[in-house]
Amino acid sequence: MAVELKMPALSPTMEEGTLAKWLVKEGDSVKSGDILAEIETDKATMEFEAVDEGTIAQIMIAEGSEGVKVGTVIALIAEDGEEATTATDSKPAERAGDAANAQPKEAPADKNAPPIPESATPHKMETGARDLVASVTATTEDPEVPEGTATAKTTVREALRDAMAEEMRADDAVFVMGEEVAEYQGAYKVTQGLLDEFGPRRVIDTPITEMGFAGVGAGAAMGGLKPIIEFMTFNFAMQAIDHIINSAAKTNYMSGGQMRCPIVFRGPNGAAARVGAQHSQNYGPWYASVPGLIVIAPYSAADAKGLLKAAIRSPDPVVFLENELLYGQSFEVPVLDDYVLPIGKARIAREGKDVTIVSYSIGVGVSLDAAARLADEGIDAEVIDLRTLRPLDTATVLKSLGKTNRMIVVEEGWPTCSIASEIAAVAMEQGFDDLDAPVLRVTNVDVPMPYAANLEKAALLKVDDVVATAKKVCYR
Amino acid sequence: MARAAKPKSAAAPAAKPAAPAVPNRERPSDPVRYEASKEELLEFYRQMLLIRRFEEKAGQLYGLGLIGGFCHLYIGQEAVAVGIQSALEVGKDSVITGYRDHGHMLAYGIDPKVIMAELTGRAAGISRGKGGSMHMFSVEHKFFGGHGIVGAQVSLGTGLAFAHKYKGDGGINVAYFGDGAANQGQVYESLNMAELWKLPMIFVIENNQYAMGTSVNRASSEDQLYRRGESFRVPGIQVDGMDVLAVRGAAERATEWVRAGKGPIVLELKTYRYRGHSMSDPAKYRSRDEVQAVRDKSDPIEAAKRELEALGVGEDELKALDKEIRQIVTGAADFAEESPEPDLSDLHTDVLVGQY
Ligand SMILES: Cc1ncc(C[n+]2csc(CCOP(=O)(O)OP(=O)(O)O)c2C)c(N)n1
Ligand SMILES: [Mg+2]
Repeated sequence: MAVELKMPALSPTMEEGTLAKWLVKEGDSVKSGDILAEIETDKATMEFEAVDEGTIAQIMIAEGSEGVKVGTVIALIAEDGEEATTATDSKPAERAGDAANAQPKEAPADKNAPPIPESATPHKMETGARDLVASVTATTEDPEVPEGTATAKTTVREALRDAMAEEMRADDAVFVMGEEVAEYQGAYKVTQGLLDEFGPRRVIDTPITEMGFAGVGAGAAMGGLKPIIEFMTFNFAMQAIDHIINSAAKTNYMSGGQMRCPIVFRGPNGAAARVGAQHSQNYGPWYASVPGLIVIAPYSAADAKGLLKAAIRSPDPVVFLENELLYGQSFEVPVLDDYVLPIGKARIAREGKDVTIVSYSIGVGVSLDAAARLADEGIDAEVIDLRTLRPLDTATVLKSLGKTNRMIVVEEGWPTCSIASEIAAVAMEQGFDDLDAPVLRVTNVDVPMPYAANLEKAALLKVDDVVATAKKVCYR
Repeated sequence: MARAAKPKSAAAPAAKPAAPAVPNRERPSDPVRYEASKEELLEFYRQMLLIRRFEEKAGQLYGLGLIGGFCHLYIGQEAVAVGIQSALEVGKDSVITGYRDHGHMLAYGIDPKVIMAELTGRAAGISRGKGGSMHMFSVEHKFFGGHGIVGAQVSLGTGLAFAHKYKGDGGINVAYFGDGAANQGQVYESLNMAELWKLPMIFVIENNQYAMGTSVNRASSEDQLYRRGESFRVPGIQVDGMDVLAVRGAAERATEWVRAGKGPIVLELKTYRYRGHSMSDPAKYRSRDEVQAVRDKSDPIEAAKRELEALGVGEDELKALDKEIRQIVTGAADFAEESPEPDLSDLHTDVLVGQY
């Protein structure tokens, strides 16, 4: 029987891709390990290898085809001892681009037509993480932006890169250091192009040695430079947390204000898709508990840019928490020569009057989706994006509470000792008289992140829970 | 060369011999390539082929969306785990490694079905679907995982060695780590303690030339990684990791040394991974020709096959073996695809052991 070659998923987030190039043609014999095709994913161009031995009986998707869904049959391989022609007889009939037989032939006219996946539902990796990526990306404009400013659609990834590049152009003391930041262009491509522009003096690949290079960064900052230290993910910063807290955060205080440590520790934080317990944690609450640190966790691309620029300029050590699932999301970013936002200011992402939903990072999108659904049910929710976790903008939170009298906190992370717990405490201590209902938390489940798709889904924050909890505090 | 010039000072003592660079202490003798019987070599070949086919299938299932997250394949490195673990006693000696762990588990005789079912996140998986590709364990086999933080397994392995010595159970620990992991600080803290306390431990560096996109010489000031223990007086041996019998020979030397109570030893296995770092790595940091050249010239499975043929194993027998292995792997994949996901109540189990 012919083996069907299906469009592979070549990254955790890939759903469709471009069949860039075939490296084999019909009639070629292939064996395991041979490279069959080049496929462009959402992140890169990948090689697609043969696993089975046999002869390419038919190529069903022409090279150059875009938007090929994962799971679509792209070619047939006739196994050894099987005639290439008979192999194709056993294939399921009636597919776009199918020819009556697999003899080498002219490409049918419709070979470039959009391919139809093999089954109605193409395989894609199951993950609850996908549900965290919000459908709503438009948020209320920042009061900091002058009215009438033009905006450009930018991904969070590009916004972060632009922020670093602009600050590096402006100040020679700024440099970037971390694993795979230079030649590989960043494990998540956030530092793409920086090596080309700034060279190896300022864009520096390190060995895998987080404790070491976090210390080198902190020392360089004490010595007058402005390091941007990238952690491939914040999970690995736990190797280096001593330098972040004991070296960077406490220096200014311990030295009676003499010795500064202006450094930015940045990288993706929080859950990603199906990467399991050791690679899925939100360190927001950990770092936000430390006096002497600034902790920023933006949601939108505009905030990512404006706040990263501010972080690099800050004379204090900053932990800058990004989110891998948001890197590819596009937002409108103001087109300004020097777009810098104030640290420590929350933003009203959506105005409303019935209930306040406080969140940050990826939780903001979840909250906005929930707010859209609540609106359908006649509840007008206000969504606050904290943006900075330390110092916390309690004034904005309390002002909103004064307006709505009801508040919930949405956090992609564990509930215990969380930012949500902190906000609840602030509401009790400083906004008690405004509360018409208890402040409730909507978070991940209080367990390490499981790998199985169904358990992961169950462990992660859900729009449904946000909606239900908001209704609960509204007594609806 | 400048260094050859004698100091001019008349005060310099005339013929005092220079101190040897390496102190005059006992060192393991050079390993010899293992002389395998036909049956033994056939078994090594079978295990390597099983790993290769299993990993190819895992790559395929990933492409179909059945495996998620990161998935690090062991293709190309098969001779390392097979050669080393063939010299160990399953259930007595302990093994620990990083996230590239499927091959080590297969080489320790763990059922391919439960490994594959873990990859697909099913209840029948060896970690009941909770661990995934990077986090698999079998306490029964004394296989201690399956760790996602680069370098962490090295100090954990040192602790396992400590436990072997403390309990006097006669076991040794093998901790596998990569050329990239070899730059983590805790590796050196562990080497120091292991030698200081003469722990029964083999530090196995799987030098596959790359840590993600970084080649060894871009990350290591001393790129001869077998020397990394020398300043702690831990001897090191460099081994051709593409030759299963060379690996086995070195493993014999290392286990003798360690079992004799002489303390830890470092083995550097020179090997190569054919695929990207994980499934989503486009591997643009090396040329297609470089990969192809290794496949053509140094493939451990092809080499073993040629040797078997020279020993008189016929093509039919090898074909039959290949077929049998494909069946095992297909069976594992079917099992992994068909078995059910964990029960939702499992989300809350195993967080703590006790009830409080
Ligand atoms: C502490 C830590 N830092 C970074 C990473 C991300 N990471 C995972 S594997 C890897 C490369 C490791 O290379 P190597 O040790 O050579 O092992 P190989 O993957 O080649 O088997 C990196 C940087 C991690 N998992 N843990
Ligand atoms: Mg490596």
